[in-house]
Amino acid sequence: MITLHQLSKEYKNIKVLDVESLEIPKGQSFGLVGNNGAGKTTMFSMLLDLVRPTTGYVLSNDIRVDQSEGWKPFTSAFLDETFLIGYLTPEEYFYFIGELRGQNKADVDRMLGDFDDFFNGEILGVRKYLRDLSKGNQKKVGIVAALIGNPEVIILDEPFANLDPTTQIRLKKILRELKEANGVTVLISSHDLMHVTEVCERIVVLEKGRMVKDIRTSPETLRELEAFFSGEIRENASLA
Amino acid sequence: MLQRFISLQWKSFLRAASFQTNLALKILMGFMALYFIFVFSMLGAFSYKIIQGQLEQDPLQVINRILIFYLVGDLVFRYLMQRMPVVNIKPLLPLPFSKNKIVHFSLWKTVLSFFNIIHAFFFIPFSVVLLIEGYPVGNVVGWLIAITALIYCNNFINVFLNDVDQVFWSVLGVFITLGVLMYFRVFDITAFTAPVFDGIYENPVWCAVPVIILGMLYCTAFRYFRNRLYLDDGLKGKTSEVSSEDLSWLNRFGSLAVFLKNDIKLIKRNKRSRTSVLMSVAFIFYGLLFFSGGLEVYEGPVWRIFAGIFVTGGFLFTFGQFVPSWDSSYYPLMMSQNIQYRDYLNSKWWLVVMGTVISTVLASFYIYFGWEVYLAILVSAIYNVGVNSHMVLWGGAYIKTPIDLTSNKKAFGDKQAFNVKTLLLTIPKLILPLLLYAAGHYTLGPNFGYLLVASAGIAGFAFKDRVFNLIEKVYKNEKYKTLVAYKQKA
Repeated sequence: MITLHQLSKEYKNIKVLDVESLEIPKGQSFGLVGNNGAGKTTMFSMLLDLVRPTTGYVLSNDIRVDQSEGWKPFTSAFLDETFLIGYLTPEEYFYFIGELRGQNKADVDRMLGDFDDFFNGEILGVRKYLRDLSKGNQKKVGIVAALIGNPEVIILDEPFANLDPTTQIRLKKILRELKEANGVTVLISSHDLMHVTEVCERIVVLEKGRMVKDIRTSPETLRELEAFFSGEIRENASLA
Repeated sequence: MLQRFISLQWKSFLRAASFQTNLALKILMGFMALYFIFVFSMLGAFSYKIIQGQLEQDPLQVINRILIFYLVGDLVFRYLMQRMPVVNIKPLLPLPFSKNKIVHFSLWKTVLSFFNIIHAFFFIPFSVVLLIEGYPVGNVVGWLIAITALIYCNNFINVFLNDVDQVFWSVLGVFITLGVLMYFRVFDITAFTAPVFDGIYENPVWCAVPVIILGMLYCTAFRYFRNRLYLDDGLKGKTSEVSSEDLSWLNRFGSLAVFLKNDIKLIKRNKRSRTSVLMSVAFIFYGLLFFSGGLEVYEGPVWRIFAGIFVTGGFLFTFGQFVPSWDSSYYPLMMSQNIQYRDYLNSKWWLVVMGTVISTVLASFYIYFGWEVYLAILVSAIYNVGVNSHMVLWGGAYIKTPIDLTSNKKAFGDKQAFNVKTLLLTIPKLILPLLLYAAGHYTLGPNFGYLLVASAGIAGFAFKDRVFNLIEKVYKNEKYKTLVAYKQKA
């Protein structure tokens, strides 16, 4: 589904991302972990053609994302609040996205009905503009909007951050359901090792722009990741 | 303590994203300020002679008559432009400053604002001229003190005005009505206000009244702020009451309707875009300077087209110029959603065209000055729709200033005005139609001139698809740079 080929990004001669090759098959739920500055957001931005690669390219369904716009109809994403339109109400925003993805009002309403739990009564019908919602509620809106219109590729950057524990659990359930649904490729990044290991079947660790681990999730994965990241601390301590 | 505040202020000024862009801009901003200072001082120095020469009345009394409108105009301008000092207070709250000090400092900071200082450049030279002309010192000084106090009253009134839109709009409405009534000599408000200012001049002791009012306003503003120095009160951004609206009549535009609906909400719900629309309404009246024969320099026939371009193109210039910056706060969404560039551009184009058509219809009152005049306006409208609508969209691709929709900062004099590429694009926007008209006017007469300008517009319209291909390519080329630029918050 998604192929990264010799993808790299340099800012002022510093490589912030350098991925030799990465293949994400259709239907995989893919997790990306790494410390701040590891290149997670840069990588996701490049998948969406929001950042121009220094070298290499991204193929999505055999379409080069920087050369054609053909990937847009089957791809949706929520990276940060710049994906929200502040002066719309949540409903208006959902309908807007729906219209862009060929869904009418009724389709969107039906789909939103499934998320009543997730919204916890704080999103629909609150008569507030998105810019006046709390960070957590904005995130809920962005995540659900990314699910509108049956996209085949869904990219979520740090979906668990800023969410309350109840919502985190509900989000995990939603992501697991997406995994069951046939053919939806979900890419998420997270700082929370426990969450990613629970919802992703494959986890890639980025460190300073490089892929240092590529794991198929198993019961041992969480321990392996924890060992890896605490090993980093020890290493740094011994260096200092 | 005070030095700390001041050094913070100084840094926020020097390190502002808008200020750091480039040296040329700083110099230009400096020149702009100097220019305004120059204009105001010249006005101050020479208006005495001009008024005396033209109207043969006592200049001081003339000034006193229009002073009420001057003050209200100043208030309106402040409301639109001057930002309130609450913005940088938040990080100071948990630090060991006394709240009183923070509030005093914030209020005093506004005292030094350009909006206050600039008036001194008019009134001080004017007063000096009065003294030279032999007006008694005590009276002039009293008058000057009173006016300065009133201008500072405006400064503090504006502190409250930011919170009460309705009051502001109704006051503005009343005064526009009064101005119109006075122009047509139906009712003259100045008959009541001028004696007040005259009275202050006659008995300078009365200047104490505005000063006392000023003091009271300061105290009120202080208390107002002091009591509301909480995150959930005065420091909270305004949360507006939501109004949902039905724009389904736009669905007839097919796939463009999605964007048009969104753009109309954008215009209605954000302060910055509302100001733009308001300014474009002001543009409609700009033509009065030309067609009423008020200014001799504008009498030449070529200026008619110039006026027409502005009268019908107000929205085109104030809104269209900033496409796609209006969408800057969610540009990554627009770039990754299922949106084709062409639809996006097309919807903006339609919006600009609608704005131009509405302006043209509103401008039909120019028929009062003769059909000839309205013809010039119609022809310019065709040129605006056919050529300039493409030009602003094209130029927009190079304007990479993010727009903060919720504030009016930089609504005037953005750095985009000095961007070389956009500057070059003003040539076809303004100068070409003038040249076309002049070419026609001085060879075969005015009608031929109109014909030339109109056919340029129609030609542009005919080539719309081609031009759009070109613009689309420019937008794609500039995409990454634009995304990076929009990330830097204004």
